[in-house]
Amino acid sequence: MSLAVPDAPSPARAVASRVLREPMLVAGLALLLAILMIAALLPLAVDPGLAQVGATLPRQPPSAEHLLGTDVQGRDVLASLVAATPQTLKIGLLAGIIGLTVGTLLGLAAGFFGGLVDTVIRVAADVMMTIPGIAVLLLVATNVRAMSVELMAVIVASLSWMTATRTVRAQTLSLRERSYVDVARLSGDGGVRLVLVEILPNLLPFLAASFVTAVSRAILATIGLEALGLGPQNDLTLGMMIYWAQFYSAILRGLWWWWAPPVAMIALIFVGLLLTSAGLDRIVNVRLRTTA
Amino acid sequence: MYLAYVARRFGMMLVVIALAVTINFVIPRLMPGDPIEQQLNQLAASGGGQIGDVQAIAAAYRAKFGLDQPMLAQYANYWKALFSLDLGVSLAHHPATVAETILAGLPWTVGLLGFTTLVSFALGTWLGARMAWPRGSRIVKALGVPVLLVSALPYFLIGLVLLFLFATVLKVFPAGGGHPFTLQLGWTWESVRGIAYHAALPAASIILAEVGAWAIGMRGMVVSVLGEDYITLAEAKGLPDRRIFLWYGMRNAMLPQFTVLALTLGHIVSGAILVEVVFAYPGIGYQLYQAIQTKDYFVIQGIILLLSVSIALAMFLLDLVYPLIDPRIAAGGR
Repeated sequence: MSLAVPDAPSPARAVASRVLREPMLVAGLALLLAILMIAALLPLAVDPGLAQVGATLPRQPPSAEHLLGTDVQGRDVLASLVAATPQTLKIGLLAGIIGLTVGTLLGLAAGFFGGLVDTVIRVAADVMMTIPGIAVLLLVATNVRAMSVELMAVIVASLSWMTATRTVRAQTLSLRERSYVDVARLSGDGGVRLVLVEILPNLLPFLAASFVTAVSRAILATIGLEALGLGPQNDLTLGMMIYWAQFYSAILRGLWWWWAPPVAMIALIFVGLLLTSAGLDRIVNVRLRTTA
Repeated sequence: MYLAYVARRFGMMLVVIALAVTINFVIPRLMPGDPIEQQLNQLAASGGGQIGDVQAIAAAYRAKFGLDQPMLAQYANYWKALFSLDLGVSLAHHPATVAETILAGLPWTVGLLGFTTLVSFALGTWLGARMAWPRGSRIVKALGVPVLLVSALPYFLIGLVLLFLFATVLKVFPAGGGHPFTLQLGWTWESVRGIAYHAALPAASIILAEVGAWAIGMRGMVVSVLGEDYITLAEAKGLPDRRIFLWYGMRNAMLPQFTVLALTLGHIVSGAILVEVVFAYPGIGYQLYQAIQTKDYFVIQGIILLLSVSIALAMFLLDLVYPLIDPRIAAGGR
């Protein structure tokens, strides 16, 4: 420890330089950005109409006309992929946002107010955590008549808020005792203001890391439900592409161009999310940085 | 101390199971529409409309399943039926009961899951510890990134790729099923070989997907154990590296691995369901898939219930084991 205090860099600069020092984070963010760009820009180049059933000749291998070939129902695989990727990302982002928001609010409330509020929220989270999420997901999904992308996100989110609640509660409990919170309290700040101004900002880096994990888990859960045939029937998602390929035994029939692109896209999304969350973890979790 | 802890954990398990049963009872009844009528309509549509008056049959079914009684009576009956293991009748394989259908698939799933979980736990824990150990081999350390990336992928994606490579292209492993068609199953060497041959690809998918998670968890734990004084002392005493690794390093880093086992149990089970679907492996997962395809309502419910109860039970069993490894847990209470 040196005694000389260096000039503090501006906050944005400091964040940027921390981010750039984590190669995993940079690689992960770059990969995710590339996927988002593809999802946003490719529809301009590929006719979305080709993703309709019967739009082209079925079972065509990749060619100049159909870069990734066509499936047994006459959909162009590239057009399907372009239509499906944003839907899958949308489910993941929506579920991540809903789950994390609900979880954070409950965790803040439990940690800050304590007492009965805390007990109720904590017991609810504990019980929900012990009940196998997959069973409830399956049960709801089999009973919903018309599944949609949005409903899927809500269902997945309703089973994922508990982790955030528990960790935010623990963090809030420790932050609540810090002296600067006491100072704010003595200067007359009320409960809600105290939580929002003094405690929440300190949780932000941690929440960013949780968000990436939440999105990743949500996509994993939806793709699983979709592969079982419980996904949205009227929207094309990556999981539904795999379901249909599986349903028509695309692998055994050698139609590799049908199932390989969605598998590769899903793999890229997961790798991107994993690298990002591992990188963020190293920033948030000081212990990881010093030891590993 | 231990008894009180066990009683508390046991109570928690009962609460969870009761809740799971209640959820299983309530959710289908909250949904709009009538599953029985829908099912019959579907049967009528696919069978050329030859099953007669749908309304009358639906009413008969409803009376048979007691769906015409008040909710509370239905709930009581539901519990009563569960205690006698009566899960209803399979709609798709009609005379067979749900319990029979599930029992037919259970040994396959338990065998596959039991084997793969043990292997990947052992392999991943060892690999992770080796990765963290300063004097471990370079090759093992280099495995870190690939293992991490593979573990990020859903199980069944790995299954799809393995299926394509080894069953479609190379044709060295069967593409599906649990045993050779022509084989009469029995306690023969031939049966064992046939079953193992068919289980190879599904098992490999699950193990590949799981090993990474164990390895990463263990690596983190061993890294933090390495800084402890007792490791330095063991080194100073001149103990052989192998002994330090096993008794001072691995043993003390193991406990969190069991915690992870409990927490990820649900993931492992749901992952294995999809692997069974990919390989048409005749376990619970494939049955669930088929039941969803044919809208075999009671089978779906039965399997979901089985999943809930078995996961709750497994978590309880793990809770029983913890204090034996780390006595602080029973004493501290949670």
